[in-house]
Formats: sequence, structure tokens, C-alpha cells
Amino acid sequence: MDLGEINPVLLIASLMVAATPLLLAAIGELVVEKAGVLNLGVEGMMIVGAISGFAISVETGSPWLGFIAAAIGGAVLSLLFVLLTQVALANQVASGLALTLFGLGFSALMGQGYVGIKPPDMADIHIPVISDIPVIGPILFQHDPILYLGIALTAAVWATLKYTRVGLILRAVGENHDAAHALGYKVIKIRILAILFGGACAGLGGAYISLIRVPQWTEGMTAGVGWIALALVVFASWKPWRALLGAYLFGGITVLQLNLQAAGVAIPVEYLAMSPYIITILVLVILSADKSSAPASLGRTFHASH
Amino acid sequence: MTTPLLSLQGLTKAYPGVVANDQVSFDIGEGEVHALLGENGAGKSTLVKMIYGLVKPDSGTMKLRGQVFAPPEPRAARADGIAMVFQHFSLFDALNVAENIALGMENPPPMGDLSARIREVSETYGLPLDPFRTVGDLSAGERQRVEIIRCLLQDPKLLIMDEPTSVLTPQEVEILFETLNKLRSEGTSILYISHKLEEIRTLCDHATILRLGKNVGECVPSETSARDMAEMMVGATLQTPERSGREFGKVALDVSGLSVHSPSEFGTALKNIHMTVRKGEVLGIGGVAGNGQDELLGVLSGEILTSADAIKFNGQPIGKLGPTARRKLGVLTAPEERLGHAAAPDMSLTENALLTGSVREGLVRSGFLKWSEATRFAEKIIKAFDVRTPGPENAARSLSGGNLQKFVIGREVLQNPDVLVVNQPTWGVDAAAAAAIRQAILDLAAEGTAVICISQDLDELMEISDSFAALNEGRLSAPRLTAVLTVDEIGLMMGGAHGMEVAHV
Repeated sequence: MDLGEINPVLLIASLMVAATPLLLAAIGELVVEKAGVLNLGVEGMMIVGAISGFAISVETGSPWLGFIAAAIGGAVLSLLFVLLTQVALANQVASGLALTLFGLGFSALMGQGYVGIKPPDMADIHIPVISDIPVIGPILFQHDPILYLGIALTAAVWATLKYTRVGLILRAVGENHDAAHALGYKVIKIRILAILFGGACAGLGGAYISLIRVPQWTEGMTAGVGWIALALVVFASWKPWRALLGAYLFGGITVLQLNLQAAGVAIPVEYLAMSPYIITILVLVILSADKSSAPASLGRTFHASH
Repeated sequence: MTTPLLSLQGLTKAYPGVVANDQVSFDIGEGEVHALLGENGAGKSTLVKMIYGLVKPDSGTMKLRGQVFAPPEPRAARADGIAMVFQHFSLFDALNVAENIALGMENPPPMGDLSARIREVSETYGLPLDPFRTVGDLSAGERQRVEIIRCLLQDPKLLIMDEPTSVLTPQEVEILFETLNKLRSEGTSILYISHKLEEIRTLCDHATILRLGKNVGECVPSETSARDMAEMMVGATLQTPERSGREFGKVALDVSGLSVHSPSEFGTALKNIHMTVRKGEVLGIGGVAGNGQDELLGVLSGEILTSADAIKFNGQPIGKLGPTARRKLGVLTAPEERLGHAAAPDMSLTENALLTGSVREGLVRSGFLKWSEATRFAEKIIKAFDVRTPGPENAARSLSGGNLQKFVIGREVLQNPDVLVVNQPTWGVDAAAAAAIRQAILDLAAEGTAVICISQDLDELMEISDSFAALNEGRLSAPRLTAVLTVDEIGLMMGGAHGMEVAHV
């Protein structure tokens, strides 16, 4: 065992990378749930995003185009959920589960020719001076642009929900869709847009795994991150900054336990492997002890009865 | 004669199987308080939804100040100066007052200016309100103020109010009427929907009466007696429930020092409740909704357990017994919400009869259901209470509100309870069915059953109860004899006007 092999700077820098897919998916789902829709298909949309992004960036050689394709891929899959739940008024839980199963299968089919290929690299941002600051530079200012996009998105979602009229209407639809309808807001339209946004975010998160974190394509490579994102939204009490905190906590402990495993710490591997889940849930449960609760219309089907 | 503000000509709207409005025509003048009277299902709500742009008429025209008026959506109606206060509040519990108001406006000013305006308007009209409080924490009267202020901020020409007083204490009703009179004096027209006739007689200049979707008459309320208006609404002569003089027996149910927390987040905890009901007595419990009624019913039915001695039935402690055990003893309850709590909407009437009748009617033998007996029991209820349905195999959901309510109450009454607790027995029920239900409750009491009737309808409580107590924030006032109570005293027992001090901080 040699704990000295763990480099704290590298550790913190890589926890941000590990957290980003989770953060992107969770922020998207947060917006969806704030609009009163429970989409359990996050995992499916992530994996479809992962392969769409991977395939397009391999074919075009541009990781940027890959990420755009991933967002579109996730959104297109979420369109299926829109069709089922908002148009056909099907049950949201069942539709979400179906979306995940479909996405996992479909992505395996799409990815058949892409196993074992290395995708083009996305260059890290390098800002003169501040990226070269010792310790802080490598931790904060030497990452890929998508990682910063995740943080920017968190800030944007937070500000939009809190300060803008669009955010207020979105929250109102999630809180009481009948009242929102009575006031003349287009409940279904707002929900469809929220679901598409959630799909695009999940797709980005998936592509971040296949293009940057790993980077390669294997079947089922999202490995449950979509489910963690769903749990994260709930334990973060539907608050964007808490979702960020939870994602970084989860990412941090994931990276740390991998380092500990590599360093040969005398704790059974199984315990180390489960530690990110347990600690993240514990911390967020303690945080969510305040009285903020779920959007009141969450998961309920809206049907204009007049 | 001047042009009326809003003129309706031959409005018709049909839904599959029912004509909600059939050739309805009337005028609302400038600065007039116009009452729209009618029973539940008479088509009042559909009519105002057409004016507010939520529903499009099949035929007929509306004219606003002589101009053709056909709002495609509420936004357009609001832009033309139509504002509406909804019966079931269209508010968002988790948002604060200012956010709720902003949602009802087309171009809301920034939050800071808006809250200043909310304070200003609310002071002007005597409706104090703090813009930053969360709506979920407000009383029913305060929530209504939010709706009214939301409308007033848009300088409406016509304010539509759908059953505004059903959730208010008498004092709050008085404040509301002052506000409405002030609005009228400023030239705002008001379309006032209600089935409370005395209110209409004091407030309204003109009344249109709807029955089964048709305009069946107009009158000047202050010159027409409440009874005449009621008979125009119902289309038949009304029977007032008879109450025979009777002696009360021993104490049947004794509640003492009862305190429980509410199982739901926005519920009200019950605080140190004392009451006794004697055999043959009807105890009426009034109070504005959300002051602990649901919790009190839960405690009495056995859904919420308490310490054993807090509730005694014929001297026997039953606080720790569940609903089935209490039913066996003879303590029966009929909760408020018909679809969901009192009946399972998608199950048949037979199954619903089984659900509460199995113990006392012996409809179960060693775990197996006795279907034929259950069907017979359901048929007995249908017959005895004149429930309009093709048969007991129909789903509870398919019955109209009044018919299902008759079924739900009848189901308990026919099980010969020793104690019967009912919550809102005639809520949303037409006058004829309400009279039948009240008569059944009185008949039951005459046979020696102790009845507790929880209701927000004060007229109903005055009509059937022997003594009256009020629930206010989970506390129960000392019971008083109904015969000697005045409306003012009742209002004070119910806690007066809620939250009058709020905006003065």
C-alpha cells in the first residue's frame, strides 16, 4: 500500500471530469421534473447520446460536431417519451422505463461498427497565465470546454428558474397544471420543451463519457449514471447548485476509491466500490432535511378537461 | 337605455351526452352586480368559462360594449378587461403571493414594483396581504384575496366570481362584500355566481337563474324572497327537513384531551379537543376548511390512532382501534371526498358497499365475499335513498356527485350505526338531494344514533344540529345550543376574519 502515489492535484482535477456526465444529466432531468414530468429514461437517453456523439465525431473527426449530435440524439429519443406521455397520455413511469430499455438496445445496434476505435481528441482549454498557476491551474483551468459548459448550464438553469418569467411559468406548470391551464398557459407545450431540453442534456452527458472520460465505445458504458442522476435530482431537492454539489461529491469519491484500490488499501474492493453511492446519498439526505418538496404535479398526466 | 357592458345572445354549448348551456341570453350592465344562480350542474361554470375564453361556444354570440367578443383563450379575455376569481383556487401552493399574481398578468412589472403595487392595492381595498408569503401557508380567505388582487391589478371591467364565499367565515364575507361594493361604485361590473340566496339578496342588483342549462328566469333579488328564487332554481317546491322534538340519551361518544399531529404536510394538528355526543343528538361542527376537519374525521374513524382513553364509546376506550374494529362496535364514518376517500371511483357500487359494509352486514365469511348478499345490500341502499343509477354493477365514478353522495351516506345510515360521523354530507349536492340526506340524518338521530356532522355550510348546521361547535386552527370551541346562536356568535367561534393583522407588520 502506498498512499503517496495518489496525487491530490490530479485527483481533484479528475473528480471534476468524473462528475460532469452526472451533472449534465441531472440538470436536464431537474428541469424536466420542475415542469412536472418524471422521465425515468435518462439512462437510455444518455447511452443514445453517447453512441450518437461517438459515431459522428469519429466520422467527421470533430468532437464538437459529436457533442451537437449527442444532444440531438438524446432529444430525439426523448421525443418518443413526449409522444407516449404528452400526446398519448401514457403512464410516465412505464414510458420512462421503456425508453431506457429501448435506448440501451438501440445504442448497442448503432454502435456495432465502433467498438475498439479511438475518437478524436477534444483539446483542453488553455488560458495563458491562469492555467499555469501551480495547483489551482491544473485543478480549475485545464479542462475541456464541455466541463465548463456543465457548470455554466447549472448557473443558467438556477438563474432562469429563480429570476425569469419563463422559469416562473415552468415552475407553475410543475406545481399545479390545472391552475396553469386555467390561467391560459400551454401546459403540454411547456412540458414538451422541458423534456427535449432534458433529453439534450442527457445526450451531452452520455457523449462526455464516450468522448472524454473513457474515451471509447462499449455497450452499456453509461453503467447506471442515468439512474444516479435521477436519484441525485430528488436528493438535491430540485435545486441546481445542490445537484452540482452532489455530482462532484459522487465524482470525487468515485475517483478517490479508484485511487485507493490502485494503492492497495486493505479494505475489500466491494466496500470501496459502493462508497460513492452511500456517501452521496447520506450527504444529500441530510441536506434535504429542509422542507422543500417535489413539484406537486410531478408524474401526473395532464389532460385539459374543458 | 345605454349599451350593456356584456351582452350574451343564445349561447349554446353541448358536451357528449349533455347540453351544458342551451340558448342562454342575458345582459350585464355597467357597474352592475349580476348574480348567476343555479344548482350544481345547471351550467353556470360552463357559461363563465365561455366568457373567460376557456371554452368556445357551439353557437351564439357575445358582445362587449357593442363589439363582437369571442376570446380564443383566457389571455385575450384578460386583455379585454375580463377577470375571474375561480371557485377552486387556481393558485400555486409552493410559490409566493407575488409570483402567483405575476403568473396571472400579461406583462407583470419587475418583482420589486409588483410587490409594492400588491401592498398598495391590498390596502386600498381592505384586503391586507404580504406579497412574500408562500401561498400554501395562507388561510382560505387569504388565498381568495390573492386571486382578487390578481384580478384588480389589471383594472378589470368585468370581474367574474365563482362561488366566492363558500370558504369564508361570516366576517370574511362581510369584508369581501365591502370590497365588491367599492368596486361597483368605481364602475366595475361583477358577475357573481352562487347558490347562497341570502348573499345574493344583499349584494346583487340583478339575477339570472339557470336550470339544466337554460335561462329559466330573471329577478331583482332584493325584491324576491329566497324561497321563490330557490324554487326557480330547483323547478319544484322545496321540502324543509323536519326535526322532531326528542330526548337525548346517555353519552355515546366522549372525546377528551385529544391532541394529534396531522399526517399531511399542509395539514392542521388537533389541539386538546373535548366533546361529547349523546344518543339522539346531532352535534354540528363548523369552521373554515383546513382547520382540522379532515384530521378530526380521521381520528374519529380510526384512520389516525390516538391514546386509548382519548376517545370513548359508551365508556369503552377505542382510541387505539382501527376503522374496522370501530365499525364492528357501531362507530361509522362517511368522509368528505366522494371520489377517493368515501368511495373507490373505479369499483362498482356493490364493491363499494362491501368495502364498509362487510363487517356489520356480514358480507364476508371466512375470508370469502358473499356477492349476492353484497349486491342485495347495494340495491337496498339504491332503493332507500333514491340513487339514480341503472344498477349496482355501475362504477362509482359514473354517478353524478349528488347521487354518489346519497349512496355513500345511505351506505352508512343503513348499517344502523350507534355513532355516525359525516364530513360535508351535502357538499356539491343539489338542493333536493341535500334535503333528502339531511332528512336521513335527522331520522337516524330520532332513532337514537349520536351524529357528528362536520360541515362548512352553516345553514345546514343550523338546520339539522342540536348543538354547534367550531373548529379553528385545530381547536374546538365549547359546544353551544344551536337554537340560541346568532350568526355573529358563530363567526366569532370560527375565529373571526383570518389574518387581518398580516399586512400591518
